[in-house]
Amino acid sequence: MSTEQARSARTKGEPLLSVENLRTSFYTDKEVIRAVDGISFDIFRGETVGIVGESGSGKSVTARSIMRLVENPGRIENGRIMYDGEDLLDKSPKQMRSIRGGSIAMVFQDPLTSLNPVYTVGNQIKEALRLHRGLSGSKATKEAIELLEAVGIPDAHRRVREYPHQFSGGMRQRAVIAMALACDPELLICDEPTTALDVTIQAQILELLEELQEERDLGIMFITHDMGVIAEIADRVNVMYAGEIIESAPVVELFESPKHPYTQGLLNSIPGQGLDENERLATIEGDVPTPNEDPTYCRFAPRCPKAFAECDTVHPEPVEVGDDAGQHHVSCLLYPEDLPTEEAVAVHREGGQRGGDTR
Amino acid sequence: MSTTSTEEERTTTARGETILEVNDLKTYYEDGGLLGSNPVKAVDGVSFDIQRGETLGLVGESGCGKSTLGRTLMRLEEATAGEVKLNGTDITTLSGSDLKQFRKDVQMVFQDPDSSLNERMTVGEIVREPLDVHDWKTPSERRERVRELLETVGLQEQHYYRYPHQFSGGQRQRIGIARALALEPEFIILDEPVSALDVSVQAKILNLLEDLQSEFGLTYLFIAHDLAVVRHICDRVAVMYLGNMMEIGPADELFDEPANPYTHALLSSIPEPDPTVERDRITLRGTRRRAVRSRPAVR
Repeated sequence: MSTEQARSARTKGEPLLSVENLRTSFYTDKEVIRAVDGISFDIFRGETVGIVGESGSGKSVTARSIMRLVENPGRIENGRIMYDGEDLLDKSPKQMRSIRGGSIAMVFQDPLTSLNPVYTVGNQIKEALRLHRGLSGSKATKEAIELLEAVGIPDAHRRVREYPHQFSGGMRQRAVIAMALACDPELLICDEPTTALDVTIQAQILELLEELQEERDLGIMFITHDMGVIAEIADRVNVMYAGEIIESAPVVELFESPKHPYTQGLLNSIPGQGLDENERLATIEGDVPTPNEDPTYCRFAPRCPKAFAECDTVHPEPVEVGDDAGQHHVSCLLYPEDLPTEEAVAVHREGGQRGGDTR
Repeated sequence: MSTTSTEEERTTTARGETILEVNDLKTYYEDGGLLGSNPVKAVDGVSFDIQRGETLGLVGESGCGKSTLGRTLMRLEEATAGEVKLNGTDITTLSGSDLKQFRKDVQMVFQDPDSSLNERMTVGEIVREPLDVHDWKTPSERRERVRELLETVGLQEQHYYRYPHQFSGGQRQRIGIARALALEPEFIILDEPVSALDVSVQAKILNLLEDLQSEFGLTYLFIAHDLAVVRHICDRVAVMYLGNMMEIGPADELFDEPANPYTHALLSSIPEPDPTVERDRITLRGTRRRAVRSRPAVR
């Protein structure tokens, strides 16, 4: 979990999951909405990668695309999702079913809707064990009890026979995590797993995830809109805005020196950060736009306090910033900082021509 | 808020302007059993007061009774025992025209802007409804007032004929606030008004609430579970746990030196937006004690 550890994991070895230039669009009568528009990131073993952004920025669609759970009218149009040397987008639905819940598991926001109310919690864990590991009968029950104990549910022998409604919110989320762990996944995708919980329960769940990660060397993709949670759990953070990753950095670096004007605005709008008590909160003007056309401009420009003319005509490409080589990337025409604006814009213009569709 | 507001607070206290006084308030939900009832004690003997012009924060985990307390102060729930004095009159026993007058003075803004606005009414109708109900002046003056209110909360006049679904979450919450302001209340109960919003939108609504407070001299009871928000906006904070008030005090004092161990644990579990902070967390083990059986949806 520690950043050094994650960094050493980064320098050696292949990433566990590598998303390249992913684009997922939704086809409505009126328009094509590019919910996820050309994003790339890696997740390494034992590392927690955070994805933050406001509602509608495409965080959840990213998770669903990785799991291939995008439903009509949504389509994954472009890109690759490399896992274990293979592209998940080339898998058949049957192959995907064995990966889902097998080596990649997902925890959703609302624990009540991800549990079936008419089966006992034990039954639902056993279902996963039967499908993915071929366990059944008393063996499966024993394994289910062990899993519930592993996620810190007291009195697991009794609890395994109870129904979801008999569990409290925090306990339900633990049960969902136990289910996700049933098949010893390598990658855990958590989509706002603590948003519906109280802070005290949230603290327990975050602690649990950290422990499990250390024990099992899990790669975790953690989606949230809560900057506090991200600061606590993530090793690396990707900031999403209108379907694009606009900044990506190790967690400490991101909070200490955010580069993109949007990230800066987002961090400044959190109450209670050494702000003088009578000072007003900083706000970002306007609303998150719907990404419905080609990214030929900066989607944040209309709300950006630092926008200039080129922001409307040149699409910003990720450029390296900061001292730490290859760790911190930002997509903004203001960077690289050491170049005069015109040259910096030229860098982005050229970068835009190199990239292209692969699918 | 630290020094200035404590001074402000002192001056208001010196003027003796207590707007709301709550004494040993209890709200129980009966379980309807025939033999020996075992009520859910959602609010169980709470006493506090609120000074004119201040913002009192009310925090606690879900199910601690904070929303029930807010609803009881609004007379949306009947109090089982105790009294609530608004400007010196006990409102728990009001009826008829007195109750109607009281409803003008106290308003509420709800958590979920999706479910607290009628989807079939236009924004103008929604904001005008309280004026219609209370037969406020003439219809044309009402329409004028609604336009004024929309502008006050940062919406535009042409939004009058639109429907709630055409608005974003932050804008819907502005509509809810405009509706609450319509009858010029003195006291507004804000029940988790920003919990459903993104941080950047949340910041705008918090700023708006602060502006309105200084413009109209409003008094707020701010119910929330986000403690950073509470610390930002509130002068004093009260902490509730299982229907009881554990601690009440000036926001900074309470956050810096919590006296009650529960408050301490609650505060230590807030994730801070700073990855370098060394955490000294007290994780509360287990879930809350079941002090009450079969709790109904206490919201």
